[in-house]
Amino acid sequence: MSTKNKILIIGECRESSIHHVTFELVSEGAELSKKNNGEVVVLVPGYKIDTAQTEGLFKAGADKVILLDHEKLQQLNDVHYLRNIAAVINEEEPGIVLAGATPQGRSLMPKLAITMKAGLTADCTELDIEEGTGLLLQTRPAFGGNLMATIKTPKHLQMSTVRPKVFKVETGYSKEKNITKFTYIDGDSPLKIIEAVRSIEEMVNLADSDIIVSGGRGLGDKANFKVVFDLAAKLNAAVGASRAAVDAGWISYAHQVGQTGTTVMPKLYIALGISGAIQHQVGMKSADYIIAVNKDSNAPIFNVADYGIVGDLFEIAPKLTELLG
Amino acid sequence: MKRVVVFIKQVPDTAELKIDPVTNTMIREGVPSIINPFDMYAIEEALKIKDKWGDTETVVMTMGPPQADAALREAISMGIDKGILLSDKKFAASDTWATSYILSKAVEKLGDFDVLIAGKQATDGDTAQVGPGVATWLKIPSVTYVRKIDELEPGHAKVERMRSEGFDIIEVKGKFLMTVLKELNEPRIPSFRGKMAAKKAEIPVWGADDLNTDEANIGFTGSPTRVVKAFTPPPKKGGIKVEGDDLETVKGVFKFIKENHLA
Repeated sequence: MSTKNKILIIGECRESSIHHVTFELVSEGAELSKKNNGEVVVLVPGYKIDTAQTEGLFKAGADKVILLDHEKLQQLNDVHYLRNIAAVINEEEPGIVLAGATPQGRSLMPKLAITMKAGLTADCTELDIEEGTGLLLQTRPAFGGNLMATIKTPKHLQMSTVRPKVFKVETGYSKEKNITKFTYIDGDSPLKIIEAVRSIEEMVNLADSDIIVSGGRGLGDKANFKVVFDLAAKLNAAVGASRAAVDAGWISYAHQVGQTGTTVMPKLYIALGISGAIQHQVGMKSADYIIAVNKDSNAPIFNVADYGIVGDLFEIAPKLTELLG
Repeated sequence: MKRVVVFIKQVPDTAELKIDPVTNTMIREGVPSIINPFDMYAIEEALKIKDKWGDTETVVMTMGPPQADAALREAISMGIDKGILLSDKKFAASDTWATSYILSKAVEKLGDFDVLIAGKQATDGDTAQVGPGVATWLKIPSVTYVRKIDELEPGHAKVERMRSEGFDIIEVKGKFLMTVLKELNEPRIPSFRGKMAAKKAEIPVWGADDLNTDEANIGFTGSPTRVVKAFTPPPKKGGIKVEGDDLETVKGVFKFIKENHLA
């Protein structure tokens, strides 16, 4: 087997826990490896990594797990991460490298791509292997989802960041548990993470959520966001917002969905009191299902909603929250 | 004198994009070009740094066709000192790898700098790869997703990087590049004086020979990636639409959620 067929997954930890996107990438990698006769190697960088979770990586389809565990990787210090991940790539010599299209993946991969002279495709939503050539076919949205492009890297290392929640985690593989450790390589860093602030209030997780409940101008007031939070809590959903609601100061920018905020692709997107300007739509119209509630029956949000209700959100949202009881 | 360099991109205004309902392709004709929205925050931050530091030259750079000149002039109208256009037929079809190489060569030609700033990503390609790429070519660190600047002096910075589950407070020693978010500031409106300056400004155009770029690293040849095909996804159509806010109406949407196993 040529190393060209080897698929290296750059894993990700949140605190000590291996992030869901890593399992998703392993399963997609396993699917690809059936087509290119390759193997799936997953690198897990972090600190005090919960090694019990490696079991799940093998069930998801990993052939080998490389643990890279060091105190200096507790926080996302790009310089320490890059030095070590580059060393692993050089040692493993994969043909394909996949990472989550998370803030971590999208910070590290562009820098790795330069030093490795690799082709990098961002935020992929579909991967395949080209028949005959065995090359990775990477499909991704551009122009805010108005255009899809399929990209390949014919002659160089093939790298992609892959959007979380696109691929399903398999649990049925019974692979031999091949775990190795990579010894951390130390060096200087001009970057220092002084503090990693993590609080419930700051927890937005738009990109990681299956369901998002968003509020807009129709809420009329900061205090009224409570109906959004109540429904979101019942659905175990993340809370989003339109630009209007953010600009009004009702909720922080991290919640903004749309062109100058975050692009999301949940299974279900519920828009409460959002008119749905095109700038908002480009950030959410790729959701599998969209439910919209708005007083104005002409609101453009209804053009993309699978289920639209013309009515008072302050009547509808609490009733729905109650029904979901 | 200190120097802050901002990378901008001229993009089609996504809000004005329309899809041809017959061919299901993007209609690009007549779509106005704008400065990538995220880059407006990068421009504003450079101006704020100059306001604070004094004795600082602010420079905007863009790579693109000759008409990208308009984007540079708009930045100058906001108060930026100097615009540089990187334009050459040999640059055409550069992917993010080649583009970051070209931009880094332009920074080298420009000379010394203290901070480089780029928007989080461009709204046409949505890759977020060029900013960190330039930093890598220049062998300086980068901090992405900057939402707040606590301290910034030449050679020292303390910034906040947005994460999905909170934020990181990061200290940086030496020169660096940051990519910025909307949360950082409110871009200023061009002044009359700025508009006059923009009209009169001489915009140098630098090509492959000026930058002494390696042919193997630029344009189509220098780009590791290839677009195999591009297609427009089927347009999303409105579905069920009901009116009312009584319990019966809400039960309808509840049923919809349950039937599609959404919760």
